[in-house]
Amino acid sequence: MGILEVKNVGKRFGGLQALSDVNLSVAEGTVHAIIGPNGAGKSTLLNCLVGKLIPDTGSVSFEGQSVLGRKPHEINQMGISRVFQTPEIFGDLTVMENMMIPCVAKRDGAFSLKAYGQMMRDTEIVERAEHMLEDMNMADKREMHAASMSRGDKRRLEIGMCLAQEPRLLLLDEPTAGMARADTNNTIDLLKQIKDTRPITIAIIEHDMHVVFSLAERITVLAQGTPLVEDTPDNIKGHPKVREAYLGESSGH
Amino acid sequence: MTDQTTDTIPAATTSASPKAGGGLLGLTKKDFGLFLLVIALTMLAPFLLNPFPENSAMAQFNAGYPDLMQRFVIFGIFAIGFNILFGLTGYLSFGHAAFLGVGSYAGIWAMKLLTLNVIPSILASMLVAGLFATLVGFISLRRSGIYFSILTLAFAMMSFALAYSVLTPITGGETGMQLQYFDPRILDAALEPGQTPRANLFGLDMATSTNLYFGNWVFTLNVGYYIAAFCMLIAFYLSIRIFRSPFGMMLRAVKSNQNRLNYTGISPKPYTLAAFVISGMYAGLAGGLLVAMDTQVGAERMFWTASGEVVLMTILGGAGTLIGPVLGAGFIKYFENIVSKINEATLHTWFAFLPDGLEDVVVAMIYPFVGKGWHLTLGLLFMAVVIFLPGGLVQGGQKLVGLFRRKKADDKTASSHTPAE
Repeated sequence: MGILEVKNVGKRFGGLQALSDVNLSVAEGTVHAIIGPNGAGKSTLLNCLVGKLIPDTGSVSFEGQSVLGRKPHEINQMGISRVFQTPEIFGDLTVMENMMIPCVAKRDGAFSLKAYGQMMRDTEIVERAEHMLEDMNMADKREMHAASMSRGDKRRLEIGMCLAQEPRLLLLDEPTAGMARADTNNTIDLLKQIKDTRPITIAIIEHDMHVVFSLAERITVLAQGTPLVEDTPDNIKGHPKVREAYLGESSGH
Repeated sequence: MTDQTTDTIPAATTSASPKAGGGLLGLTKKDFGLFLLVIALTMLAPFLLNPFPENSAMAQFNAGYPDLMQRFVIFGIFAIGFNILFGLTGYLSFGHAAFLGVGSYAGIWAMKLLTLNVIPSILASMLVAGLFATLVGFISLRRSGIYFSILTLAFAMMSFALAYSVLTPITGGETGMQLQYFDPRILDAALEPGQTPRANLFGLDMATSTNLYFGNWVFTLNVGYYIAAFCMLIAFYLSIRIFRSPFGMMLRAVKSNQNRLNYTGISPKPYTLAAFVISGMYAGLAGGLLVAMDTQVGAERMFWTASGEVVLMTILGGAGTLIGPVLGAGFIKYFENIVSKINEATLHTWFAFLPDGLEDVVVAMIYPFVGKGWHLTLGLLFMAVVIFLPGGLVQGGQKLVGLFRRKKADDKTASSHTPAE
């Protein structure tokens, strides 16, 4: 059984059946990509996994526990972190503070009334955050305002913040959308490095086939709200149904 | 930038325990310096605010009389508390005067039922305001942005309307509440008929003042002011601690990006509610101190303009800064009490040196901005600050200091670099 099990999930928005009968199993320690043309329901599926949406039917479980009905922060505390399409960071705070928040969340939980004590003298948190910044090659940007960084650096910081929580599952929503080629390659290298050095499962939604085929070990193709095929990258490349539904379109560009 | 790194790195490498927090009252050097400055300013306020000799033409600009000085520090407390909510989390409450008012009513009832000592009264103010803030916050914080502001405004207007009409038995309605000699006061000895009840601190009357005379100068040292100032220093110190604590960082994170916070396993709601209740208790403390100073309450204390005033104070001084709200409160209260007192006759004496026709023209031009027109000047100033100094007076100060430093550095050596701010 996989670390993440999606069973018969369906979601309807008014007259639109966004997802129907989605079954998905993400094996522990793998990189699993979910691809599909626009409107295939990729983002809806992702939102069902993190508690932003509640599916109408079916079940979603993480490490054997159901995530349905839990709030996003509760699901996060279970061990699922999410990277957004547009980097979601604390723009008004410094890079160091950005990195400290997930460290505090990991140690103190969803709420703690620590209104005493100097945050910057909390040795444990400061050391963890510094360590994480070094891992992300961002130690030199420590005191920068996060909002003033480049898009690539924001993405790097966001991924670092997710990793600081030591999640068992990392969900990435089109992590290279709108990035220049160089930034995209940097992100691919970073994700490869994460995959090789950490005991983590990665589920990635992506448009860019270059990213998908450089990273994924398993690919699920979603079309019109339902999984078309699930296979290894090599088999997906040659799959006639996939070519028809997805790659055929994109190769025309 | 450099300051922050020098503050943190030694602390991180030495075995400083986070709870002990180091030597200087658990503050960083910079914050401790600021705190010392505020202590000095509040303690010396009776002298600093009376720079002009008695009976001189400028004497009306003296603000060092007890009643006004008490207002400076009490509204300073109110604004410091408001800043913990608005400055850190970005939630703009338009109903904070309700907590000030509720605190005042609780305070006066403690003085009526228990004792004229101000300590139980102030504690009651904070407690009741805190409870009321929990209720209002719990409901209002279900929404954010403009809807949150409207909800808090609605609560404050309801509180005002209730205090003004239905709740007359406990609020005194239109006439408000005063202390009476026949109030029960179970902890105190009964007063004689006709005797005026006076608030005190273990027998020390709040209204006691000592006048110091230096030549033509008169300085008034007032017990009530120093007690209120002491409360403000505690309030200010706690606010620094909150700003620098993990809790304070989370509040700033709420303001910056709630979505990321949610997906970092942190629930913003309890943080915002805690900030709301803390700032409500600050407002309650301010309300309690107002009662301790003048032993009366009226419902107008809860009117929406009073809620708006604390918003102005905080923004004018600099929302999200430590000292800004205190500066803003002082600034507005100074205007309200000093500029409003300049009348036409005063202006004529000032410009008496001008030829008669010109004098009248100048006075006619200035008059709308002073006296009863002080709101106009304040409004223009507020607009100027919001447009040119969005960070408030604090930002203005920083710009001045930056300008001064740059000039100094340029004078010294052309090649030396000024540190980036």
